Amino acid sequence: MRIATYNLGWASGGRPIVEGITLEVKSGETLGLIGPNGSGKSTLLRLLAGIAPRPQGHVTLEGEDLRRMKRRDIARRIAFVEQQADTAEALRVRDAVALGRTPWLSPLAPFGAADAAICAKALAHVGMAQMADRSWSTLSGGERQRVHIARALAQRPQVMLLDEPTNHLDIHHQLALLRLISDLPVTVVIALHDLNQAMGCDRLAVMEGGRLAAIGPPAEVLTQTRLGRIFRVGGRALHDPTDGATQFRFHCLEDPL
Amino acid sequence: MSQTVPPAGLALHVALRGMAGGAVLLLAVLAGVILGETPLPWATVHAALANNLWGAGLPVDAIDQGIIWSYRVPRTLVAAACGAGLALAGVVLQALVRNALADPYLLGVSAGASTGAVAVTILGIGAGAIGISGGAFLGAALAFGLVAALARAAGGGPAQMVLAGIAGSQLFNALTSFFIAKSANAEQARGIIFWLLGNLSGVRWPDVTLAVPVAIIGLCVCLWHMRALDAFTFGADAASSLGIAVRRVQIVLIGAVTLMTATMVSLVGSIGFVGLVIPHAARLLVGPRHGRLLPAAALAGAVFLIAADVASRMLIPGQVVPIGVVTALVGAPGFALILIRGRGRT
Repeated sequence: MRIATYNLGWASGGRPIVEGITLEVKSGETLGLIGPNGSGKSTLLRLLAGIAPRPQGHVTLEGEDLRRMKRRDIARRIAFVEQQADTAEALRVRDAVALGRTPWLSPLAPFGAADAAICAKALAHVGMAQMADRSWSTLSGGERQRVHIARALAQRPQVMLLDEPTNHLDIHHQLALLRLISDLPVTVVIALHDLNQAMGCDRLAVMEGGRLAAIGPPAEVLTQTRLGRIFRVGGRALHDPTDGATQFRFHCLEDPL
Repeated sequence: MSQTVPPAGLALHVALRGMAGGAVLLLAVLAGVILGETPLPWATVHAALANNLWGAGLPVDAIDQGIIWSYRVPRTLVAAACGAGLALAGVVLQALVRNALADPYLLGVSAGASTGAVAVTILGIGAGAIGISGGAFLGAALAFGLVAALARAAGGGPAQMVLAGIAGSQLFNALTSFFIAKSANAEQARGIIFWLLGNLSGVRWPDVTLAVPVAIIGLCVCLWHMRALDAFTFGADAASSLGIAVRRVQIVLIGAVTLMTATMVSLVGSIGFVGLVIPHAARLLVGPRHGRLLPAAALAGAVFLIAADVASRMLIPGQVVPIGVVTALVGAPGFALILIRGRGRT
């Protein structure tokens, strides 16, 4: 499913947080959102999800304006995994994932066997099947993050928006999650801090001060100049001869080389 | 809920639970009618109920019949409706505000309802047009509006909501005291203060026809939105991305809470702790999912307030202790337990 924005922006207290974003993510594509802290990545994701109030410009889903769609119809197409969504409720993992079925249920179509199967599959996808009956408060940060992703998968979306989903995860689960996402047959927009992980995306969008500084294939976008100007680091590209992949080794610009 | 239950089994499950809940409620109401300052034997109670419900024509003392049918039955039914309504209000506010401390009392809704009711009773503002219940509703809506606006201006988090609620409660309680000091005579003042502490003595049948439908409608509105309430578990943004029309749901549910609180406060005064403690107790019993939590809290609230009413009549022989005093005597230790338990969890 294709998601596009035209001149998208959002202001808080008269101060623009994000402005003038025009981009298009093709069906099945994985777009990585990168940029320094406070560059507007999270706000852009909230705008794409249609949950930021009073946006400027607009977002379209397969050409249809998000503002003209019902919340439930949006939620059947777009799943959003926020950063650090927490609860004090003594909720079980199973129940947290079942929340993902909300847009598909109604008082006349209650949670049934098919929904339970979808939830079980989503939990298995993130390697949490054996923890279905654990209470939320007993989970580690990484486990909570994986439950959130399972909840998003249970929504059966065609577009997934993920705000730094690899935070709190150990290295195994970071790599497993990134592989899971790239294997999903859905459109993905994912905010990432690790530029080496971002290299695995189809395209990268670089945010700077609320604006889109560049968009394109990772190798074209992550140039020395841009790394220096936007991220204030130097980066040396290293090539892995086993598969020809490129990884960066970063250093502070102030450091002697 | 999320276990794999075939639809027919699920319906049977729900029906059985409903019947069990109804039976518990019926027993509690009967106990509320039998117990009191003058304990009445079951035979008398049965005869009085049978005479009034299906004209059985059994011989009963006219005074006993009057005590049972005109006094104890409506009083017990209103206690049940109030308990259920306040507990539901607590469940909904705790889910929407995402704060374990939220209840109609703490968020200033009860205080606003009291101010509205007192304004109508003493100052006679719009007494003919809106009545005490209407005044209470306007007061409650105004109080909640002010508290919500203040919380929003302060940053809009769950903690700000509770702080704003405390400010709102203080303001409206002060307004109530001001109205009483300015305009009430000594006799009126004594009556109003007694009523403010919670009092079911004056309840008659017309009050039942207001309280019971409001509680039932409130329960239905909340149950209709049970999935939306579940979706608020991770906050309003998460609810929105799960397909909930957050603003509309908030308005409908806050409206239901305001209606329930205002009705109950206008009938029996401001009764604290029911909306706070009962939802937590119900959560301990049936878990946090609203499909079970809402009916459980309504039932527990109804039974609790019937018990509190019976206790208020029997605690000191020949004297009625305000029911708010009884609920606070039970509620304060209950609240302490919640606080201690919450500390252990984080």
